Amino acid sequence: MNAMPPLKQRKLSLKERYSHLTRGLGWETTYQPMDKVFPYVSYEGIKIHDWEAWEDPFRLTMDAYWKYQAEKERKLYAVIESFAQNNGHLNITDARYVNALKLFLTGVSPLEYSAHRGYAHVGRHFVGAGPRIACQMQAIDELRHAQTQMHTMSHYNKFFDGLHDARHMHDRVWYLSVPKSFFEDACSAGPFEFLTSISFSFEYVLTNLLFVPFMSGAAYNGDMATVTFGFSAQSDEARHMTLGLEIIKFMLEQDEGNVPIVQRWIDKWFWRGYRLLGLVSMMMDYMLPKRIMSWAEAWEMYFEQAGDALFEDLSRYGIRKPKYHEVASKEKHRLSHEVWSIFYNYTHAAAFHTWLPTEDEMKWLSAKYPDTFDKYYRPRFKCWSEMAAEGKRFYNPTLPQLCTTCQIPMGFTEPDDPTTICFRSAEYKGERYHFCSDGCKDIFCYEPEKYVQSWLPVHQIYMGNCGGAEVKDVLDWYHLNFGVDNFDYEGSPDQKLWDEWQAQKAANPV
Amino acid sequence: MGKVSITLQNTDEGRMLVDAIVADNPAAEVSRMPALTKIDCEDRLSLRRETIEERIGRRYDLQELQLSLISLAGNVEEDDDSFTLAWSRGASPKHS
Repeated sequence: MNAMPPLKQRKLSLKERYSHLTRGLGWETTYQPMDKVFPYVSYEGIKIHDWEAWEDPFRLTMDAYWKYQAEKERKLYAVIESFAQNNGHLNITDARYVNALKLFLTGVSPLEYSAHRGYAHVGRHFVGAGPRIACQMQAIDELRHAQTQMHTMSHYNKFFDGLHDARHMHDRVWYLSVPKSFFEDACSAGPFEFLTSISFSFEYVLTNLLFVPFMSGAAYNGDMATVTFGFSAQSDEARHMTLGLEIIKFMLEQDEGNVPIVQRWIDKWFWRGYRLLGLVSMMMDYMLPKRIMSWAEAWEMYFEQAGDALFEDLSRYGIRKPKYHEVASKEKHRLSHEVWSIFYNYTHAAAFHTWLPTEDEMKWLSAKYPDTFDKYYRPRFKCWSEMAAEGKRFYNPTLPQLCTTCQIPMGFTEPDDPTTICFRSAEYKGERYHFCSDGCKDIFCYEPEKYVQSWLPVHQIYMGNCGGAEVKDVLDWYHLNFGVDNFDYEGSPDQKLWDEWQAQKAANPV
Repeated sequence: MGKVSITLQNTDEGRMLVDAIVADNPAAEVSRMPALTKIDCEDRLSLRRETIEERIGRRYDLQELQLSLISLAGNVEEDDDSFTLAWSRGASPKHS
């Protein structure tokens, strides 16, 4: 053997390792001009003078990335197996909770997959090696999130209804067009707008509201598996958030001309993201049997306080808080109640069950929403509950008008009047379009050519593109099992099964 | 200035990280919730590798933080010995 003497090598520092990975890897192309190789990098108007100025503050290199991601996977899958072996689904507080998971699996997990595709796409289109690598890692993270969420929740699919065809439902079910169209809006934008929308507005400014208090709530409700995939994903998310802040600062520092473009994107994507989180408000206030904090408290903690610090920091670049943030704060005491009411109206067409809050839950809602709950929403629930007791459970038989931008039924109220539905409209090329808010209207009016193409579920049903003219035909087309997946929790097969389990808890049937 | 913030999992390692943060940052405010602990601190907050190693009883690579982290707020500055979250103090933008 011709052994080489061992090289005495100093271990490289974190900064050096990162610099080796991200510097000097790109080159000026010669066979094709740069603008042909990177066709999307300039049309949005963002000017980058020095791609090398991009720095990932975590300075993660591929070896460290694989090492820690593998460790996260090992931990998560140990929990998933243990959860299955120990019949973890029997330990949740109440089967109503599973309906939040149904919404998560059909509404959120497919977004993780869209994010995977989005980052893989934009990563290809940036000139600098730093952002390309950051996008590549995030693309892999997002794929991991989609997969781990499906694996984790597949355990519930063995016992509960409505979890059997999430991907198909995501593409077709009316309320799932809200998250779907949000992401397609982002993925069909240019690469810089995509990063502003998803990395900054969504990941940095807003997703804490979904993954932090809701996952803490999952833990509180005995769902060990969900809290584990939630935090496993969120440990990547912390890195994504940092990237989100970095991309914003990078664009703002590169050229003063970028400031107004970035500000407009922040305004747009704050509002788009906030509307999407309406679903989360209802998950927190109505769908967790044991609650951690109210939507209003979470909004105060994660947007009002955290956002104040963030936007104060960005003010040195000339960036201000997103437009209509004050409307979101005005709405915080009614958002979840309005959204839950929409679903109660249309529970016959949803892939999860609804219910009216119990007396005890209403006490909690009154305490958390002292200025609004008893005045506006308790009387409404009381009326619905009396109607149901008389055998006249209220269903809304008419398909709702949808906001052209966020695609949510027009159920939100005026910023200064919680008793009047907020309607806005705009005309474009002889057609009139409708909106739930000034925020959504502004977004449409800036890019009408984009939003006139919106696939609005209600319009599509009326045009005959969704399986047929009857509710049952449409639900078939959604792959939703009529009388099983939809309607109230009360009387559902889910409830029957859960009650049987509860009865068996102390018994030994022979 | 606003507060920076870090949220960690309530795991064995997470608990030791919280201890280390509190030791190094006396102004840190700790809020415990089911499954997580959120720490807020006016202006800036640092994790020092040494302080963590004293508690954890072994060598600790700060990048292991990836395994315990849930969320954060503030600009991140990380090297081999410390991990810092801070809001910058009125630095002027460096437009090229």
